Amino acid sequence: MSETRPNPTVFDLFAGFFMVGVCGFGGVLPWARRMIVDQRKWLTRIEFTEMLGLCQFLPGGNIMNVTIALGSRFRGVPGAAACFLGLMTAPVAIVIMLGAIYDQYAGYAPVRRAFVALSAAAAAYLVANAWKIAAPLWGRKLAIAVAASTFVAIAVLRLPMLVAMPVLAIGSTLVLWRFRA
Amino acid sequence: MNTLWELASVYGQLSLLAFGGANAVIPEMQRQVVDVHHWMSAHDFAALYALAQAAPGPNMMVVSLVGWRVAGFWGALVTTGAVALPSSILTLLVSGVWFRFKDAPWRKAIQAGLLPVTAGLIMASAALLIQTTVVDLAAAAVAVVAGALFFFTKLHPLLILGGAAAAGAIGLVG
Repeated sequence: MSETRPNPTVFDLFAGFFMVGVCGFGGVLPWARRMIVDQRKWLTRIEFTEMLGLCQFLPGGNIMNVTIALGSRFRGVPGAAACFLGLMTAPVAIVIMLGAIYDQYAGYAPVRRAFVALSAAAAAYLVANAWKIAAPLWGRKLAIAVAASTFVAIAVLRLPMLVAMPVLAIGSTLVLWRFRA
Repeated sequence: MNTLWELASVYGQLSLLAFGGANAVIPEMQRQVVDVHHWMSAHDFAALYALAQAAPGPNMMVVSLVGWRVAGFWGALVTTGAVALPSSILTLLVSGVWFRFKDAPWRKAIQAGLLPVTAGLIMASAALLIQTTVVDLAAAAVAVVAGALFFFTKLHPLLILGGAAAAGAIGLVG
């Protein structure tokens, strides 16, 4: 590559992620990829995929982790903070504004009905997402058994996640590894 | 002050449990917020989740909104910070050495092991929200129609959410 390596300042990092936060309706990831890879060329496509792999592997919001990994790579802890604050500032302000508006008008019947419908639709959105995430498990009996056990532990038995998660995560890893399923 | 500490402790834990992001910890968040601390009803929680979905930004926005509802501006700041800090520190520590173990067999084994757990968690989140939000036949109809549109069409999610809200507002459903 003849281009020089990108060298964004703390302000550049903040500004880049600020736009992602503002635009990111219905999922931030495509917008983040566009900004990082296509527009500002901070990472190549492969570098981005690798960074995303790490961020999906670790706990926490994937895109939040991307802000930390990318920001610290260029500008250390201040860079990580700049990316994180850039991403979060506008959406947090907007969501709190929406919350205040909702509180103000929740007494009106049309608003209340709108929220009954919106809540049901948002739940359905998560069902569709859950189905897509579960799709790769199709036909793998052991993996489906793990997913089903997780579902029962959390949704039916309502076990505290702090107890259930280590057992499920470690159990699943060992069982799937042992049986190469 | 006490409430802020409780919020910080609840969301700090969720941070390190959130394999698969915020949607994987919705049941635990609801358990803590509704059943353990009685900060709001299950319906309020579902409404805040829906509101957060309709806003721009990462799907962690429900965290900020719950904090705001419970303890105002500082509550939002505390929950957002608490959910971000532990996982961010972990990311900061690991991202420097990631190249050393990204192809390691144990790393792939853990990732393969986590996938079905995450799928089960998100299924549990979805089931819980459906159970809370489908309060009558009209809401059930909205969930079925919206679910079909999300699944079978490439319509923008926000368009479908907006359509559902509009249908509710004018009294078509709800």
